Amino acid sequence: MPFNLLVTACLVYVLILFTVAFVVERRARAGRLGWLRSPVVYTLSLSIYCTAWTFYGAVGYAARSGLEFLTIYFGPTLVFVGWWWLLRKLVRIGRQYRVTSIADLISSRFGKSNTLGVIVTVIAVVAATPYIALQLQSVVLSFGVFASATEGSVAVDAGRTAFWVAVGLAFFTILFGTRNLDVKEQHHGIVTAIAVEAVVKLVALVAVGSFVVWGIAGGLSAIIDKIDASGLTAGAVQPGRWAGLIFLSAAAVITLPRMFQVLVVESDNEDQLASASWAFPFYLLAMSLFIMPIAVVGLDRMPSGANPDMFVLTLPLAEGQGALAMLAFLGGFSSATSMVIVESIALATMISNHVVIPLWLRLRPAEAGGEDLRAVVLNARRLAIVAVLALGYGYYRLSGGSAALASIGLIAFLGMAQVLPAMLGGLFWRGATRTGAILGLVTGFTVWAYASFLPSFGPGAALSEAVFQGGLFGIGWLRPQALFGTEGMDPLVHALFWSMTLNALAFCLGSLLTFPGPVERLQGAAFVNVFQGGSGPQRWARGQVEPEQLLAMAQRILGEEVSLALFEAAARDQGKAGFLPDPTPAFLDALEARLSGTVGAATAHAMLSQLVGRAMVTVEDLMAVASEAAQIMEYSARLETRESELTRTAGALREANEKLQQLSVQKDAFLSQISHELRTPMTSIRAFSEILTEGVLPAEQVTRYGRIIHDEAKRLTRLLDDLLDLSVLENGMVQLNLGLANLHQMLETALTAARQTRPERNFLVTRDPASEAIFLRTDADRLTQVFINLISNARKYCTADQPELRISLRQRGGKLTVDFVDNGKGIPKESQSLIFEKFARLSDANRAGGAGLGLAICREIMTSLGGSVAYLPGQGGAAFRVTVPLRLEKLAA
Amino acid sequence: MAQHVLLVEDEPNIAEAIRFLLSRDGWRVSHVAVGDLALAQIRSDRPDLVILDHMLPGLSGIEIVEAIRADPDLAALPVLMLTARGRDRGLAERAGVDRFIAKPFANADILAEVRAMMGR
Repeated sequence: MPFNLLVTACLVYVLILFTVAFVVERRARAGRLGWLRSPVVYTLSLSIYCTAWTFYGAVGYAARSGLEFLTIYFGPTLVFVGWWWLLRKLVRIGRQYRVTSIADLISSRFGKSNTLGVIVTVIAVVAATPYIALQLQSVVLSFGVFASATEGSVAVDAGRTAFWVAVGLAFFTILFGTRNLDVKEQHHGIVTAIAVEAVVKLVALVAVGSFVVWGIAGGLSAIIDKIDASGLTAGAVQPGRWAGLIFLSAAAVITLPRMFQVLVVESDNEDQLASASWAFPFYLLAMSLFIMPIAVVGLDRMPSGANPDMFVLTLPLAEGQGALAMLAFLGGFSSATSMVIVESIALATMISNHVVIPLWLRLRPAEAGGEDLRAVVLNARRLAIVAVLALGYGYYRLSGGSAALASIGLIAFLGMAQVLPAMLGGLFWRGATRTGAILGLVTGFTVWAYASFLPSFGPGAALSEAVFQGGLFGIGWLRPQALFGTEGMDPLVHALFWSMTLNALAFCLGSLLTFPGPVERLQGAAFVNVFQGGSGPQRWARGQVEPEQLLAMAQRILGEEVSLALFEAAARDQGKAGFLPDPTPAFLDALEARLSGTVGAATAHAMLSQLVGRAMVTVEDLMAVASEAAQIMEYSARLETRESELTRTAGALREANEKLQQLSVQKDAFLSQISHELRTPMTSIRAFSEILTEGVLPAEQVTRYGRIIHDEAKRLTRLLDDLLDLSVLENGMVQLNLGLANLHQMLETALTAARQTRPERNFLVTRDPASEAIFLRTDADRLTQVFINLISNARKYCTADQPELRISLRQRGGKLTVDFVDNGKGIPKESQSLIFEKFARLSDANRAGGAGLGLAICREIMTSLGGSVAYLPGQGGAAFRVTVPLRLEKLAA
Repeated sequence: MAQHVLLVEDEPNIAEAIRFLLSRDGWRVSHVAVGDLALAQIRSDRPDLVILDHMLPGLSGIEIVEAIRADPDLAALPVLMLTARGRDRGLAERAGVDRFIAKPFANADILAEVRAMMGR
């Protein structure tokens, strides 16, 4: 077959894919997705799990190791059959949180840590590079097979072929993978093109297989005999290696960047997954069905030394089936290209999102705002695609295309599987922390690189012979393929065991020993509990709830009238009378929407969840409720502030009003008192003056009544003077006459003046004249007035048989105290606080008249003089203390 | 025998004036200066008329009237109250005061009141 024809076929094939992708992309843009979202397309797109390695390499694997190749299909089958447990959660989280890659998933889960994003990206690129090289190699090999089978054609330059294949793939990927930026990073065109390639792959392999079984071997029973005779299936199963390989391929199907891309990122709904859970294993079964026959017949028919990896291609060629060979070639080509395209898109997304854009934003912060970041992202993606393919090409050239395909594939699987502990831990263990994830990933990746990846280049290449034999730095237990002295293990199982064990150990220890940050805790709860309630647009199932309960709740929130109207309308729509509709999903949705308008979506959802009893309220629900509650609280706090202001104002007004009322009452009482105090002497004066004017009295009675009239007139005058005095003092209009005054002199004057009060009584006054030699700067007349008042009161009210008054002085701290203590009964406790009030009426039987203004005036005077007058309780008799400053400097205005 | 008037008044000068006036008019007059002692005096003296000051130390005039009216033996005892004008009359009337006379009073008025109340 001419080499040019082969190239032309490839180009035409690519053109068809191109057209498919283009048309689909346009439909998707127009929103007409329709069948594009069908489970069939989704399932077929998953077939990129089957790369050229599976397409060509599985036959080689079977030819070399018998049935062991089946492990590569068992792993994914187990994962898909158990989809309910893991895949569903993965897809739900991916869709709910718009995860764009596996690096994004790990980074988001552990507190949106970009460090983790970078680590996972690096692991993915390192692990994918040999894998991409593998695909290039398979294409080159298949070209070579055709070329060598064609007589007279020039030998194919493998390097150049690989180069052009890489360039072509880069071109195609850039064209469709980076046409536009989609928030969900979905690529409908490419996914559909890959589905087409999946069909081509399957058809090609089944066609070759059928040809082998029925065309060469001569039927089913014949081929089964041949297989039995070959002894390939007789090889003992190595349990450790099988378990390891099944684990590895199971891990790969969820961690490989391209698998994550089609499985999670490109997923549209979970129904697709439910169908794929049985359809994909069937696809794998179909793909694996003819591997053994092709291998057996190939080994039988082909000359020894022929590469079993190429039997799929060489068998038809050898049998002269050109068209079938071409189909097989296109199948292999499809396998390789689809893998490279999706892998490079996935890697480019990671590289641009976790490495280039953060760097770009950090290095050029000033211009970040002005430029269109979308263009930067797209260019970063394009460069990343080119870089990824360049790396693959470089690896292919360096490795010389020598290693067996399958072994490189497994090493790549193991590299990417290092993400598994962090991923599973992140999905199922809330205690998993960022530090734990970083430690696990770095540990696992290091062990993998040292024990599996670097040794794969062979002794003396990446690692020296010495290291292989004697261990790193000559330490025996650090030999890359016999870590910790575990000799004799299969190298892959050895690397798998140590890398995964140490990885998981570091992850768990790191998580247990560190505390997650707030974002981590939130994300952890959101990821682990993604199925509980959640904020996704979930519909209500028919709830286990009494409509009365719903109505009661609605009334609390919406009010009675509105709720009744709502429920009545809903009941009417259901054809029911009354106010209680069935809690159908539609009604619950409507109710939730209505409640959301009042209390917020999260609260409404949480309340309804509680009643319907569908699920617990999740942390996320609670957070949302809390933020709504915070808003409501802020609003009510504002109302409260206003309310408390009003309350304060009202309180102040009430207080002022009470004070006014009190003042009014006091004023009335005062006027009434004055009236009484004025009427009393006037009554006597009037009565006696009338008696006197009648003029028929004996002389001594006339004298007596005349004196009474005179006394009462004086009393009236004194009362009026006191009233005026008090009013002046109370209004602060008093003029103080300040000067130096001798205290002794003032007391002498006061005692002399007070003698007029009850002059008939013999009153003993005790003093200490020596201590009275004090000069005060004060108003002498006013202070003397106070003294007169206090001494007169003592003379008036002291009931002792031998009345006595003790006047004592004391100086302390610039103040002088003068105490007046008599030996009477004193003033009852309940009255002590009243005596300084105007017209205080003591309920004291011994009270004998008097205006009752004296002490009130004393108090006012002492306040003006910067001092005070107070009653001293517990002194035996009545006791008053006058406190006065030694120097009154300023006039108290 | 002359009819008996009991005067309850804390101001000695006023008490002396009233006592002089009523005695001269032919009434037998006794005097109490403190409200607390008034009721006991009334019960023991059994006066025909009580003249009460409104403002008294100890038991007030109103309280004394109330006690008189509450006592079945004294319920019919005529009471004349000396008071400042107007203000407290409603309260005193409700308590059972028969007549009022405002301070300061004309001597003729108080004699006329007492005579009227005693049916003279």
